[in-house]
Amino acid sequence: MRKDLPALTAGELAQSRRRLIIDGIGIAVSALAFGFVYGLAAEGAGLSPIEAVAMSVIVFAGAAQFAAIGYITGGLAWPAIILLTALINARHLLYAAALAPWLCDVPAPRRALMAHVLTDEAFALAIAHFTRLGRTDERGYWIAAIGSTWIPWNVATLAGVLIGREIPSPERFGIDIVFPAAMVGLAAGLITGRREVVAAIVGAVLGVAVGLLVSPSLGIVAGGLLGPAAGLAVPERAPRNELPA
Amino acid sequence: MSTGFVVLAVLMGAVTYPSRALPLLAPGLERLPAPVFAYLRLVAPAVLAAIGAVNVLLVGPRGRVGFHVGIEAAAVVVCLVLTLWRGNLLAGLVAAVAIVAVARAVGVG
Repeated sequence: MRKDLPALTAGELAQSRRRLIIDGIGIAVSALAFGFVYGLAAEGAGLSPIEAVAMSVIVFAGAAQFAAIGYITGGLAWPAIILLTALINARHLLYAAALAPWLCDVPAPRRALMAHVLTDEAFALAIAHFTRLGRTDERGYWIAAIGSTWIPWNVATLAGVLIGREIPSPERFGIDIVFPAAMVGLAAGLITGRREVVAAIVGAVLGVAVGLLVSPSLGIVAGGLLGPAAGLAVPERAPRNELPA
Repeated sequence: MSTGFVVLAVLMGAVTYPSRALPLLAPGLERLPAPVFAYLRLVAPAVLAAIGAVNVLLVGPRGRVGFHVGIEAAAVVVCLVLTLWRGNLLAGLVAAVAIVAVARAVGVG
């Protein structure tokens, strides 16, 4: 963390955490809905409750878990499932690299734990919170990662695999829109200048184009890698906040 | 109760963890040059926008993905506008869910 930053008042920290929690409620609802559907799908694919929950606790990556259920149902060999999981989750490299400058003062053992719970949602909430504050808030990271995602995802997985067949699909109620809408809304909250606007637009366009031509997972990686490069090509106006140096 | 897929979960976790942990645990990252930090600052809006766009505009099973602009895209735009206008993501999400739920209930979505 930068040592020359002005002191943060308790009110500023509380205000940013309040917003983190409010934003996190929407994410938690999405995690509950998708975790439930995942549990139901896992049960349908023949996974026992222990196996379904082990996947949510150990892998803790929704897209890869849903894909794995499809692979298992299709009879794909384990080495192929493991390789595809690595490819789908390669985007986490981008998240971790973007968070690393903020978290470099956190002790390594805790960073190692933080890595395990780093998801799309945790990244989005945490980086928005850090950017608002202009500094790191470790407790805020745990609120984002554990409170809004890890607990709801795992509780919902267990519920889905145990009682899923008795409850109608949450997609009927539009819950599936929460995840993409939250990602776009959180991206908008990070825009502080023209560079971010260009990075976001190019990232979205490339994501869709590569997603159509190759695969959605690679589209996200391509958008996340090349969008920032396009943003850097734009002359910068003074941003509100900077990464810690 | 079967436990065979627990081993698969462990192996999937083993290939997922390095991509999450390596950049966080690599020593000396704070000494990276300024342009790298400028690049990393832009990763978040780019990748989140890509995730949102891909999830809402691409539909279909693996290998047969197609482009689709439906009520879901309109709902995301409404969420985006509300978030920018009111600074309140939760309000945007509630509006997006309401739009999609109503559209599906009347057979539009």
